[in-house]
Amino acid sequence: MVRLIGMFVGAGLVLVLLWSLLSGAIAVVREPAAETAEHAFHLYPRKVDFAHEGPLGRFDRQQLQRGFQVYKEVCASCHSLKYVAFRDLEQIGFSKAEVKAIARDWPIETQSVNPETGEAATRKSLAADRFPSPYANEVAARAANNNAIPPDQSLLTKARHDGPAYVYSLLTGYQRQPEKLLREFPDSKTGPGLHYNPYFANLNIAMAPPLTTPNQVSYADGTPATVDQMAKDVSAFLTWTAEPKLETRHQVGWAAMIFLLIFTTITYFAYQSIWADKKGPKRGSGKPTA
Amino acid sequence: MSFPWAKHYAPKSPFMRYVDERLPLPRLVYNAVGGGYPVPRNLNYFWNFGVLAGAALMIQIVTGIVLAMSYRADGGIAFASVEHIMRDVNAGWFLRYAHANGASMFFVVVYIHIFRGLFYGSYKPPREVIWLLGLVIFLLMMATAFMGYVLPWGQMSFWGASVITGLFSAIPIIGAPIQTWLLGGAVPDNATLNRFFSLHYLLPFVTLGVIILHVWALHIPGSSNPTGVDVKGEQDTVPFHPYYTAKDGFGLGIFLIVFATLIFFAPNFLGHADNYIEANPLSTPAHIVPEWYFWPFYAILRAFTVDFLFIPAKLLGVLAMFGAIILLFFLPWLDPSPVRSGHYRPLFKKFFWFGLIPCVLVLSYCGGAPAEEPYVMLSQIASAYYFAHFLIILPLVSMVERPLPLPNSISESVLHGEKTESRPFGTGGTLTSGQMIPGTSPQPAE
Repeated sequence: MVRLIGMFVGAGLVLVLLWSLLSGAIAVVREPAAETAEHAFHLYPRKVDFAHEGPLGRFDRQQLQRGFQVYKEVCASCHSLKYVAFRDLEQIGFSKAEVKAIARDWPIETQSVNPETGEAATRKSLAADRFPSPYANEVAARAANNNAIPPDQSLLTKARHDGPAYVYSLLTGYQRQPEKLLREFPDSKTGPGLHYNPYFANLNIAMAPPLTTPNQVSYADGTPATVDQMAKDVSAFLTWTAEPKLETRHQVGWAAMIFLLIFTTITYFAYQSIWADKKGPKRGSGKPTA
Repeated sequence: MSFPWAKHYAPKSPFMRYVDERLPLPRLVYNAVGGGYPVPRNLNYFWNFGVLAGAALMIQIVTGIVLAMSYRADGGIAFASVEHIMRDVNAGWFLRYAHANGASMFFVVVYIHIFRGLFYGSYKPPREVIWLLGLVIFLLMMATAFMGYVLPWGQMSFWGASVITGLFSAIPIIGAPIQTWLLGGAVPDNATLNRFFSLHYLLPFVTLGVIILHVWALHIPGSSNPTGVDVKGEQDTVPFHPYYTAKDGFGLGIFLIVFATLIFFAPNFLGHADNYIEANPLSTPAHIVPEWYFWPFYAILRAFTVDFLFIPAKLLGVLAMFGAIILLFFLPWLDPSPVRSGHYRPLFKKFFWFGLIPCVLVLSYCGGAPAEEPYVMLSQIASAYYFAHFLIILPLVSMVERPLPLPNSISESVLHGEKTESRPFGTGGTLTSGQMIPGTSPQPAE
């Protein structure tokens, strides 16, 4: 009885699915899906090498400090970094005194209250504070940016597929709209206040090109500040802000792996020695022998 | 004693006798995982995965309890509290990555465990109840995993919760009120997050309870084995301890190596980037996809694209998706072949390896892909095969198939099969499970 009902239900479901398949196939033949500019011109992030990649990867401290300088002098005017604290900068090679100075001199002050009147006020940041947001609130952020909110950058490289390469490609990917695109998709002309960038999902990003000229940032360590170098450095810095525990993770990982390999080898020999008297000339696999 | 060849517990020390007489805990352990549980001696590595699933659950419970000490189930700060765990809590990054990837490892292990059961006929008499309880565990796991994924309150958490509870709105008339009741509002919000956290903490312990029943039910007939032939006597078995504790220890080592590779070197490989963006009810992600372990079911849900006989496509998809799991509850009765092991079922084996396995792989792939062609058509073909396999092909195969001769006993198959005499088999039901009832088997003459 169960089998009879089962076959009936099964046949019904198969019928409906084949009907769906047929309708889908007819629809595809009749009106093939129209090609879109996003589909035809979107590019995957370019390949870029970072020191932190791979299971032995460690951050390049100098690069992170250069990236921080790019963030501070370029990105920070629009993008917040709300999950990172000034004290965290000690992890990328700044001394306690340097961190204190960075916090104190940060152009945006930390929101606070006036201790006497209780009114809203701002104060100089301390090492323990998180990076203050450039905007008082979401409404202010929208108002200043043509209704587009600049996303918080703390987790940006984990919140995009292939994040570090994506940030690098996006920063170096601004260009004129290709003639071919305008010819094939005349409706897809980049609108006012938008900028063409093939690495952005819908090709038109509200952010104006942030890195435009070489030496826009003068690096303290003397590295030539090409646009490519600045983009790479800030991508590395944002990888650190998203995953500050990456180095610890790799180190603990190797210790754990070595322990587990020894543990597993020992258990393997224990298993073999315990079973030594039970195994016949050939282990039964359950496969037919006749 | 649960079955005739199980050993009686004899305390070795006066202390153990003292304890055992007052609280028979030593007896319980001895009979559950000690020398008192004789297990077929020919189990292959696929039989490691039950113990591994138990280990995975324990890892989830331990890491989960510690994470709950720093997590806050509040829509305003849930996302930030997860970042607090990742950045400021001691070893918080390890706990969270272990818990997130632990869920994936749990599903990997359980899927292998289920497919082991499907191939070796572990759902057949006398083990039907073990199979049914296993499916209950699977459903509880899926509910727990779904609610756990909502807790970090990222974009996929929010929209996943929205889509999955939205499935209930496909039910006519009562659907929409059910969704509101589940969410505690019209859209996922604080109420949703709080109740999901509460249930996410509760359900693993319910699962643990059902696992105890699952293992209890297993100890009545004893473990199955790759030949599918019943244990005939002591020569066919070895005590669980030390033989299978040793083998499971090795299996656990391999499991932990794979697990550690994920945690330490690719912690976000199985996740979705969008879940690192805080939940935003006003911005819908381009592609809403569940975690990988739900992809086959998500593909079945989306395979139904056309209304049929006044039944909306969405309702059909929802019914089929739940039906894909519900039908497994009927499996012991859908496949009446008396031969358990797929090794001795030539036709079944072909459909298993060349039908079911590719079908599930295609469904998994399509479930993670965007809802466009050719993925929709592929998932329609694969879904049709999935239902046909269990509801039509399996019953028919068991009727027409001529199984290969079974070995006389496990020990004979282990020892080269030299003594194996071909037992003609396949006239359809000459050997019924009735003959395999433990207790009728001849005891070894020693």
